[in-house]
Amino acid sequence: MSETTPTPLPLAELVRQVRKSREYRKLTDAIPYTRYMGIGVENLAGEMLCRMAYSPKLIGNSILQALHGGTLGALLESAAIFELLLQTDTERVPKVISLTVDFLRSGKPQDTFAKALITRQGRRVANVRVEAWQDDRTRPIASAHALFLLAEP
Amino acid sequence: MSDFTLPEDKAARMERCAVFYTDAVPHNHALGLRLVDIGPAEATVELPYADFLVGNPETGVLAGGPVTTLIDASCGSAVFLKLGRFAPLVTLDLRIDYLRPARPGVSLTCVAECYKLTRQVAFVRALVHQGDKSNPVASAQGTFMRTEE
Repeated sequence: MSETTPTPLPLAELVRQVRKSREYRKLTDAIPYTRYMGIGVENLAGEMLCRMAYSPKLIGNSILQALHGGTLGALLESAAIFELLLQTDTERVPKVISLTVDFLRSGKPQDTFAKALITRQGRRVANVRVEAWQDDRTRPIASAHALFLLAEP
Repeated sequence: MSDFTLPEDKAARMERCAVFYTDAVPHNHALGLRLVDIGPAEATVELPYADFLVGNPETGVLAGGPVTTLIDASCGSAVFLKLGRFAPLVTLDLRIDYLRPARPGVSLTCVAECYKLTRQVAFVRALVHQGDKSNPVASAQGTFMRTEE
C-alpha cells in the first residue's frame, strides 16, 4: 500500500460520515501525516481523545529516549483540528492561524494522549486549548492554545 | 563525543551541527530535515516536501506538525551555535504564526536566530519560507532552557 492513497471521498463528505459512524480511523487514515505519525481519535469512557501511538521514529533525543518536541506539537494541533472537525459543524479543514506550545515535561517512549477544549467558537475564528499526557492526566507533558480560521467571510 | 565545544572553522562547525540531522535524532531524520547553512547564532534547515507530510489530501498542503518539528530543530541548533558548544537544552515554549499556506510540492526552509542568551534561558526567533524570505510561510518565537548546572 502506498502512503499516498487518494481520499476516496471528498474530505467534507468523509467528515460528515465519520461524525455519525464514529469510525474515526477512516478520517485519521485519510490524512497522510496523521496516519504516518500514528495519531488517531478514540472514544475512551465516553470521551473523545487523541492518541499518538509510540514508535521509535518519534524520538528526538536518542540518549534520553525522549519524544521530539515537534511530535508533541503535532499531536496537540491534530487534537484541536479533530475536535473542531468532529464536534462542530465546520464544513472544511480549519486553518491554523497561530499555535503556542508549552513543553512541560519530557515525553517518554510510550503512547501519548491529548484532549482539546474549544474555549470559544465564533463564525470565523475558534480558540482551542489542548493538553497532552502519558501515564497521569494530572501531570500533562505539553499544552497548547491555538487559533483557527473556520471560514472565509 | 567527549568534546562538546564547536570548532571555529565554519565547515567543521557545520559538520558537527549536522549530527542532529542524522539518525542520532530519529525524528529529524525521519522527516528528512537537512542543515543547509549556519551563522554565528543562526541555523538554516530545510524540510523537503513529501507526500506523507500532507495534512490536507485535497490540496496537498503540508500539515502543521512537520513545520513545528522543523522550527523546533532549527531553533535548538541556533542556540548551540550561539553557545558555541552542545549543552543540555529543553524547549520551554514555541509560538508559531502561520502567515500563508505553504505551496504544495515545494520544500520549506527555516532560518532560526538565537538573538539573546542569558545564563539559563535562550530566546530564539525563526522564519519559514519557500525560497523568498520576503514572503514567509510562518514566523516563530521560542524560549529554551539550559538544563546543566
